[in-house]
Amino acid sequence: MEEEASVKIGEQEVRYVAGLANLSLTEAEIARMAHDLDEILTHIDKLNELDTSAVEPMAQVLYEAGETATLREDVPGASFDNATALANAPLGGAGQFKVPKIIER
Amino acid sequence: MDVNKLTIATIRAGLAAREFSAAEVCEAALGFAEAGNQKTNAYLRLCPERAMETARKADAAIAAGEEPGALAGVPVAVKDVITTRGITTTCGSKMLEHWVPPYDATAVERLEAAGGLVIGKTNCDEFAMGSSNENSAYGPVRNPVALDRVPGGSSGGSAAAVAQGTATVSLGSDTGGSIRQPGSFCGVVGVTPTYGRVSRYGLVAFASSLDHIGPFARNVSDAATLLETIAGRDPKDSTSAFAPVAGYAEAMRQDVRGLRIGLPQEYFKGLANETGGQLAKGIELLKTLGCEFADVSMPHTEYAIACYYIICTAEASSNLARYDGVRYTFRSERARTMAEMYRLTRGEGFGAEVKRRIMLGTHVLSSGYYDAYYLKAQKVRALIAGDFAQAFEKVDALVAPVSPFPAFKLGEKIDDPLAMYLSDIYTITGSLAGIPCMSVPCGATGDGLPVGMQILTRHFDEPGMFRLGSAFERAGGFTV
Repeated sequence: MEEEASVKIGEQEVRYVAGLANLSLTEAEIARMAHDLDEILTHIDKLNELDTSAVEPMAQVLYEAGETATLREDVPGASFDNATALANAPLGGAGQFKVPKIIER
Repeated sequence: MDVNKLTIATIRAGLAAREFSAAEVCEAALGFAEAGNQKTNAYLRLCPERAMETARKADAAIAAGEEPGALAGVPVAVKDVITTRGITTTCGSKMLEHWVPPYDATAVERLEAAGGLVIGKTNCDEFAMGSSNENSAYGPVRNPVALDRVPGGSSGGSAAAVAQGTATVSLGSDTGGSIRQPGSFCGVVGVTPTYGRVSRYGLVAFASSLDHIGPFARNVSDAATLLETIAGRDPKDSTSAFAPVAGYAEAMRQDVRGLRIGLPQEYFKGLANETGGQLAKGIELLKTLGCEFADVSMPHTEYAIACYYIICTAEASSNLARYDGVRYTFRSERARTMAEMYRLTRGEGFGAEVKRRIMLGTHVLSSGYYDAYYLKAQKVRALIAGDFAQAFEKVDALVAPVSPFPAFKLGEKIDDPLAMYLSDIYTITGSLAGIPCMSVPCGATGDGLPVGMQILTRHFDEPGMFRLGSAFERAGGFTV
């Protein structure tokens, strides 16, 4: 049982996460993924050695800087025309992106 | 004209003296790149028409007696995660095999406006995820120094192109070391500027709080010139910095006597190998130039890998959600429903390493795990940035290794993702802190494999970084 307790992620949870990520994985990929993620998550456990209760999270790189005007007037600029926006679509037509049927009849 | 030895300065002088035209440089570089690519696979595609058009403009400007721009006639290779209008940009992925971006990255726009010739798009690890360039959907890049070895990653093609000499300079991108490490493996200069120094507009997003664009070159001055050209505020990237781009050329003329340099002790532990030996020689050389060395401690270094692989994968899982098979990507032909279209497109379009990172990132952000992983990692990131802030109270720069070992053999580490991640330990810390860091050549091992030395300075102190790198180069440090 001790061995089971040390497993951070198993194939069942890999299937669940793959669903969240909209990622189809083969059975072979699932087995390999469980092994790799488990190894990496075990290494990541190392962070628990640190007491971070008094630390502010760093969401972005911070540095001393003067006041900056990051807000600007909302002025419409040039944008892509319909043909340009659709040029790379795997399937398009009639000025739209085409996708498989969403609503079943 | 020896195209593989050209520098920005020699091109400028050659153009001014009418020794050659920009078009002639362009043709020579394209010809060499096409021939050289059979050995290295550094380029995914060349763009002769676009490059020649820019070259002809530069020649016309020179003929009319106008200033042709700081990069006039300079062959530049661009990593394929950076968009180029009208030129396929794959990110090394099957997912974007046929994607032709309708816009240029700001960095590309700026370098081309300065006369730079975009001669081709370079191979890289898929979506810049990797340390060996073996994760490209279009085959690995071979290191021009030793063809059975990797060039490093993820910007392996950009490093190899400059090392081989098919491009004078190149653009790479760095999220956790993807410019410095291949720079060190290929024996060229690689610069990761301060976060926000170069606009990320047109850099295909991997981990937005860590992504940087930066230059490769064969000397410090060329790297500085390219950075100076592309750096600066861009309204299209709200995280791009307002700080003025200071005169790098002037900084590089200064000597380094009395400069205080810190040696992070944690980086030199376990470096009892040839890499450590080369670093010691480089440090000795800097001492003879009058630099004053002090030991500094960066106590949170050992937590950097764990911290980084939470943050970068979390951001990647979010950023890569856009590849859905609808608008501009590959789409699976097997899909019959909308849900299948998403799942199969992503399952077939992404390679193993990208899937691994999307999965890890999705897991650490999933319900019930956010505090334990993502929030924890953001706090540890603050501690790591704090290590640097404390060190820079005592010293002006840090000198450190880039990689624990030189270029390894193709296939040697590909089956052990954790071991591959752990090898990024010396570069990830600087990326997390967002400070400028560069790799400069520091001689080679007995087998002739290049070793890199890393120079790190305070936020926006690119002048200090180039000053030290340039002094090291002038004193013969590259071949120490």
